[in-house]
Amino acid sequence: MSLPPGVTERDFNLALRQFELAVGREWVFTSDEDVALYRDAYSPFWNEPEDRVASAAVAPQSVEEVQAVVRAANEYRIPIYPISTGRNLGYGGSAPNLSGSVVLDLKRMNRVLEVDDRNHYAVVEPGVSYFDFYRHIQERGLKVWIDCPDPGWGSVIGNALDRGGGYTLGMYRNHFEAHCGIEVVLANGEVLRTGMGAMPGAKTWQQYRSGVGPYIDGLFSQSNFGVVTKMGFWLMPEPEAFRSGVVGVPRHADLVPLVDTLNYLENTGQMTGMPFLGSPVLSANMAGVDASPDTVSREPPLTLTASPEDFDAYTKRNKVPAWTVELRFYGAPEVVDAQWAAAKRRYAAAIPGATFTDLARYEMPLSEEQLQQVHKVAFGIPNLSIFSLGARSEMNPTPTSGHVWFSPIVPRTGEAVFEAQRVLSAAVADLDTPLIGLVALPSTFWTRAFIFIIGFPISHDVEANRKVRAAFEKVVRISAEHGWGEYRTAPAFQDLVMSTYSHGDHVLRRFNEALKDAVDPNGIISAGRYGIWPRHLRKP
Amino acid sequence: MKTKIRYCGVIAMILQGVSGISHAADQDLRATGKQVFDRWCVHCHGDGPEYPGTVALQALYKGAKPALLERRTDLAPAITGQFVRNGVSIMPFFRKTEISDAELAALAAYLAPR
Ligand SMILES: Cc1cc2nc3c(=O)[nH]c(=O)nc-3n(C[C@H](O)[C@H](O)[C@H](O)COP(=O)(O)OP(=O)(O)OC[C@H]3O[C@@H](n4cnc5c(N)ncnc54)[C@H](O)[C@@H]3O)c2cc1C
Repeated sequence: MSLPPGVTERDFNLALRQFELAVGREWVFTSDEDVALYRDAYSPFWNEPEDRVASAAVAPQSVEEVQAVVRAANEYRIPIYPISTGRNLGYGGSAPNLSGSVVLDLKRMNRVLEVDDRNHYAVVEPGVSYFDFYRHIQERGLKVWIDCPDPGWGSVIGNALDRGGGYTLGMYRNHFEAHCGIEVVLANGEVLRTGMGAMPGAKTWQQYRSGVGPYIDGLFSQSNFGVVTKMGFWLMPEPEAFRSGVVGVPRHADLVPLVDTLNYLENTGQMTGMPFLGSPVLSANMAGVDASPDTVSREPPLTLTASPEDFDAYTKRNKVPAWTVELRFYGAPEVVDAQWAAAKRRYAAAIPGATFTDLARYEMPLSEEQLQQVHKVAFGIPNLSIFSLGARSEMNPTPTSGHVWFSPIVPRTGEAVFEAQRVLSAAVADLDTPLIGLVALPSTFWTRAFIFIIGFPISHDVEANRKVRAAFEKVVRISAEHGWGEYRTAPAFQDLVMSTYSHGDHVLRRFNEALKDAVDPNGIISAGRYGIWPRHLRKP
Repeated sequence: MKTKIRYCGVIAMILQGVSGISHAADQDLRATGKQVFDRWCVHCHGDGPEYPGTVALQALYKGAKPALLERRTDLAPAITGQFVRNGVSIMPFFRKTEISDAELAALAAYLAPR
């Protein structure tokens, strides 16, 4: 058993005794074998001394138990690291930022406390996974959908706190932004409720976000100011219908009006689903492409180094669009039909030669057969099919042991996409490491910015992982030079990424540190999370 | 002699009873194991091309062994335990707050050869 840094064996044992009194002996894990289960399965430091490992883990089942554990930790200055379901794979898994921390595993707090399908919200505990949440709603026949990320086993709260995203309507896809009301245990053991929840007997905790005074909810995401024990989330009522279609545009330069028109449609609320960008020129299996009969039996795809002229010649020769965008609509049947018609009209006016392909049109509820065909997460149905990425298959006989995601935020314009394609593909071209996926087009989780999401493969080979870390660092720095910041990152890179948000001589980080010193003076909670170190661990 | 016969009968009854109970207990264990499988494993090891665990095992064994874990006849309990607690390739390991030792034992019994 390892000790937390700076803690004596005596104090650690006394704290563990307190933890046992709080949660029961069975739920305090100290054996090497049990504690090893809190490693990051996709760690870029696998088998290296810097790998982040816990000293113990404790798993409370109620807010009161969390309070008791936090109080004991505060008394003995034990660093603790709360996780909800601990499935943050690609962004750090269940391992703490600071080795030797005690992981506060909230998986056992797994109650769905409320689902209201008249005002369309829910209140959940941290251990509730998207699978649990979905099952709860289905079993009761409630007419609300959830918005889930690709992996369904994550936590509704944990994902939101790391500011993850999903696939349905714009207003639900950003999971932290779709929350309403947080309950959090502070480092001194007090329970704070945000928004309307601060008023005893409040009747609108999940209906009005900000309450009165400073709106502090954001402080509890990507941070270390408390242990979140409840969160409310806004849910989408089950829509009557879904419809999707693909717009294709003929020329390389058409990406600019394609994105501008997309922004118009999304920001006016005419296209409410998650759009998908594609290019038959760059890849045969990008969104929407397979829907077009014109895309079969053609030349091999081009790479990003192709000039716009090569691009345009290719599209003419092969009679394929240069770029595509799949649009998705949710709502009443006649409304989604009208929205698609209006989108086509607008694209036709903006881009000469634009083509349109109807994809799917469903009325809810989906039949069993339709359920098998659809992109499940777009219908709020949790699953794990995304794990085919990097897994062994006929096409990929040598699977990886995981990956870390590099995911910079880029402006939502065609020009910015061209620049990012040029800069990022040049940056990765001479890297001594393979990538998962293509640096071709950004993801569209957020309605106001693009994210490029690029996976770096992790292995159990120390040398290969070293190269990945060096490569990762390089792309973070190059991106920052171009004004593109990461939206989220693994603990291994949090100091680095935070250091790129350096405006005003790092005043943002210093402000976070000042808050940390004020609300958690002993620095017990998630030390180092997103570059926020408590005073005694801060590097000068 | 009589006593002996009676005694044997009692033993037989006890044995029958015990094996009856152990059979029921075994069935319960397997039923719990099936629940664990449906909660934790089926999302990757279900039947179809959208299940990455099944696809991976198909690519690995190329039909020499069934790609579906539930069809395997060679999964000794220790093997299931090894994969659940150590993971493999992109499959991570599972903590005891997710799959407890008792649940793992049930899962292993469910997947074990009968
Ligand atoms: C193949 C693949 C695809 C993925 N696709 C997506 C995707 O589509 N969208 C997406 O968002 N992510 C995606 N991810 C990333 C990740 O797996 C998910 O975001 C996952 O939901 C995060 O893990 P979790 O929900 O278990 O959160 P946790 O691991 O429980 O929490 C994440 C972090 O938040 C903090 N935290 C959690 N709970 C608390 C609490 N109660 N109090 C204080 N702090 C807390 C901790 O620092 C913790 O480490 C993907 C990963 C992989 C491997």
